[in-house]
Amino acid sequence: MKIAVTVNGERYERDVEPRTLLAYFLREDLGLTGTHVGCDSSSCGCCVVAMDGDRAVKSCTMFAVQADGHEITTVEGLEQGGKLHPLQQAFWDQHGLQCGYCTPGMLMTSYVLLKHQPAPNEAEIREAIAGNLCRCTGYQNIVKAIQQASTELAAEPAAAAVGS
Amino acid sequence: MFPAPFDYYRAHSVDDAVQALARFGDDARILAGGQSLIPAMRFRLARPSVLVDINAIDELAYVRESDGHLAVGAGTRDFALETAPLIAQRYLLLADTSALVADPVVRQMGTVVGSLCHNDPAGDWPVTALAARAQVSIRTPGGATRTVAIDDFVVDSYTTAVGTGEMAVEVRFPTPGTRTSGSYQKIERKVGDFAAEKLLAGAKPSKDLIRAAMREAEKIADPSPDNRGSVEYKKAMAGVLVGRAIAGALERLGVGGLK
Ligand SMILES: Cc1cc2nc3c(=O)[nH]c(=O)nc-3n(C[C@H](O)[C@H](O)[C@H](O)COP(=O)(O)OP(=O)(O)OC[C@H]3O[C@@H](n4cnc5c(N)ncnc54)[C@H](O)[C@@H]3O)c2cc1C
Ligand code: FES
Ligand code: FES
Repeated sequence: MKIAVTVNGERYERDVEPRTLLAYFLREDLGLTGTHVGCDSSSCGCCVVAMDGDRAVKSCTMFAVQADGHEITTVEGLEQGGKLHPLQQAFWDQHGLQCGYCTPGMLMTSYVLLKHQPAPNEAEIREAIAGNLCRCTGYQNIVKAIQQASTELAAEPAAAAVGS
Repeated sequence: MFPAPFDYYRAHSVDDAVQALARFGDDARILAGGQSLIPAMRFRLARPSVLVDINAIDELAYVRESDGHLAVGAGTRDFALETAPLIAQRYLLLADTSALVADPVVRQMGTVVGSLCHNDPAGDWPVTALAARAQVSIRTPGGATRTVAIDDFVVDSYTTAVGTGEMAVEVRFPTPGTRTSGSYQKIERKVGDFAAEKLLAGAKPSKDLIRAAMREAEKIADPSPDNRGSVEYKKAMAGVLVGRAIAGALERLGVGGLK
């Protein structure tokens, strides 16, 4: 089936089998391997991408054909013009990652969180990332990173916009 | 594992979806949030030949209050209920449930009606819909709409009153009275653990009444043992959850510190 998907601001037209999952379409058809696959069953959250900028979705549990006509933002789309997105910079500054396997999903989940809730408190952050598992960090520094990014984005809202 | 091959059809209206189901026959299935169906297809527990995707039917994503009930369309995701001010103010049982299903990312995809149609015995929405005496509207292949009380809608585990070629379009929850409260409780090892028990509160509150309800729940609970716990443990927890649910519901009515 022919689909047209805008990924990180770029439009792609591809012919896909309906059973192709979005995560595999991004990784294998488009070569965007920033989106990781862990559990492959909608549990771990490392495959999360943003759909139409305001919805975090687990791309291992959505078909690529469902993204037809939509805009997808992956971790590769966060950085703009060589400058890390405030969330990426904050994960760096706060040591919000160790092996980095969960990081793309953490970033995209918190990217959508900050769109809906620009100033979440610690409990709200912990709740929002409850569907993203990290085996390394103990979450403490991930929470601090999201707090840092939320403060910075409040001071400079234009930095939040990516894609399109 | 990847799902077995299937054909995909994107419906743009309810009529379009129902006509597609009729055209494609018995093996066609509705695709809503996909959070139960896609994992099932990946494990090859489900093998539909055609998926009729209802995600592009924009007019199905609504939450509306009218004539003594709250209507939730088949396109409404858990996340929409969880974040609606109206729900937080007046529909406490629904607010609790929508915030406890799966995890926050799954809830941005999964739908309330999809959960009812899936009717997992451990699912949260079927339990809440039963407690709230909900009704489900179903569109028939002929284009008519019939409304089914939730007791008749949930037939058995993974089986509902939605027949071949039919589609559920809306669930309706009665608007609670001003002195009515509710609370939904669940024990999880981690987010996304499936439901164990529930309860809605009623009359003349006292500590004795709560204790009696807890004992009753322990008696009538008929759980199956699994790696989450034994039958004895689950029966005891059914009592604990009922106690918490009643106390939580009463607290919301301003009835605390019972004797
Ligand atoms: C990691 C994880 C954890 C989860 N934890 C929980 C949990 O704690 N509690 C819980 O209750 N659920 C849980 N779920 C299930 C999840 O909430 C599902 O979203 C929900 O059960 C099904 O909704 P859906 O919209 O995704 O339906 P789908 O998966 O799209 O559909 C489910 C079934 O219903 C049918 N269907 C859907 N909509 C209609 C319709 N309008 N008319 C007729 N048939 C229809 C489909 O054909 C399919 O057979 C979990 C899922 C995951 C992936
Ligand atoms: S790979 Fe998608 S949730 Fe784990
Ligand atoms: S940094 Fe290793 S899983 Fe999170």
